[in-house]
Amino acid sequence: MTTRNAAIPPVRYGYGLLMFLLALTGFAQMPIFKRYYIADIPGLGWLAMFYVTHYLHYIGAVLILGLAAYFVTAYFRTRPERPKLTPTGYLRAGLIGVILVTGLLLAVKNFPGYVFPPGAVILLDLVHLGSVFVFIPTALYCWAFSKKWINSPSKGDVKGVN
Amino acid sequence: MAIQLSRRSFLKGSLAAAGAVAATSAPAAAVKGAKGGRHLATLIDIDKCIGCGACVEACRDANYEKYPEAKKPFPKMYPNRVPVEDWSDDQYASDRLTPYNLLFIQEAVVDVDGEERFLTVPRRCMHCVNPPCVKLCPWGAAQQYKNGISRIDKDICLGGSKCRKVCPWHIPQRQTGAGLYLELLPSFAGNGIMTKCDRCCDRVAGGGVPACIEACPEGAQIIGPRDEIVRKAHELADETGGYIYGETENGGTNTLYVSPVPFEELNKAVDKGKGRPHFKPAENTMAKANNLVLGMAIAPIAGIAAAWGKQIVADNKKKEKPEHIKEGTDHDNA
Ligand code: SF4
Ligand code: SF4
Ligand code: SF4
Repeated sequence: MTTRNAAIPPVRYGYGLLMFLLALTGFAQMPIFKRYYIADIPGLGWLAMFYVTHYLHYIGAVLILGLAAYFVTAYFRTRPERPKLTPTGYLRAGLIGVILVTGLLLAVKNFPGYVFPPGAVILLDLVHLGSVFVFIPTALYCWAFSKKWINSPSKGDVKGVN
Repeated sequence: MAIQLSRRSFLKGSLAAAGAVAATSAPAAAVKGAKGGRHLATLIDIDKCIGCGACVEACRDANYEKYPEAKKPFPKMYPNRVPVEDWSDDQYASDRLTPYNLLFIQEAVVDVDGEERFLTVPRRCMHCVNPPCVKLCPWGAAQQYKNGISRIDKDICLGGSKCRKVCPWHIPQRQTGAGLYLELLPSFAGNGIMTKCDRCCDRVAGGGVPACIEACPEGAQIIGPRDEIVRKAHELADETGGYIYGETENGGTNTLYVSPVPFEELNKAVDKGKGRPHFKPAENTMAKANNLVLGMAIAPIAGIAAAWGKQIVADNKKKEKPEHIKEGTDHDNA
């Protein structure tokens, strides 16, 4: 590990926290937290407030989009030789990509005057949610087994965010 | 539960027929005028409504085929707190919105220029320009058409009632024991289907007018492209010294009311509660989150700039360093 890696833990924790916030507020878009008493836990009442969780989900989306753009740019700008994504890195990047694209389209749909065909909205919702259902166990597996995102060609393996 | 609409029933018999005759092709032409993505809106002149209930009856006649068919006994739902909402034995209740009564007449005694007046107001879905019931439905069961009409697809709705919670007027009504949830995990997810006025979308799609408008003997309600309806609402309000509701509420709705009294007063006078919507100010529910979408557009640009800048700084540092201590790449955080 180089000195630069000292900067990784805060990014990792921030990323983990952000993904947790996004997953929690995303699941809160379904009417389940009140039904199953989770919103009754002191301090978690906001989980049953749809406008609050929707707003927080959007804030999370702003942050993850910025973070994703940062890492994608850093990846393609790396010289002299671009590092290689590991198989789990590809899987996670692909899933995040699908979640971001479907999420963005769903956000566009929420503007006045944007009317998507009903089938398209259902498809977007299912793909968005389905990708999250695959991403969560994948991310947990990678975290538990310290799976890396990339293999560095010049310095050996580099641990990334999980 | 059903109230006796004696006065309305009396008036209805004689006036509904006249209403049907009065329905000319003019509203149908107005409906056609809303093609090409223009929203259809209605204008309800509260002063003209006599509370006869012909619209309520017409709505039932036009929509009974869409009513929920509740299968009993209802599945046991977990946890116990999940409420059963059953109107199937009380389908003729007409003093509020129910899954079998998509339109009801709200009553108010108000003071107009020192004179006590009894007002009757047809109430149903406002058909918001940007309907949160549609936009926030977690899986697309609520839909909006290009002409602005919003509806809930009873074949897809699971009855979670999020649409009612996010609706500023809490319009959609639930019937337990019907719909898709019965085929999935009825004990653990869903609770029936949600219903609301769909502005007689099938009739409108065929070039017709909503049944309630057609049946009104007083012409209390008109329909047409929203810009024209807004203009007419202002003309009427200017002419009568009236007040407008729906132009800006929740960012604008496709139902505009013109009242002879301020809506603050009307709101105080009407019976409000479950299935009985208010006339309060309603802020634009979707606007706050939608404003954040600009952030979603800017954030990636900021991310790209940060990574690009960092790379340039790193490159410059490398250039400044003697050749023998230059090292690796700058992708470690990727
Ligand atoms: S009034 Fe309520 S139910 Fe009707 S379109 Fe608006 S949010 Fe939906
Ligand atoms: S538009 Fe159709 S569904 Fe809506 S209240 Fe009128 S008759 Fe009923
Ligand atoms: S809107 Fe027309 S049909 Fe309905 S109650 Fe008023 S007068 Fe009667």
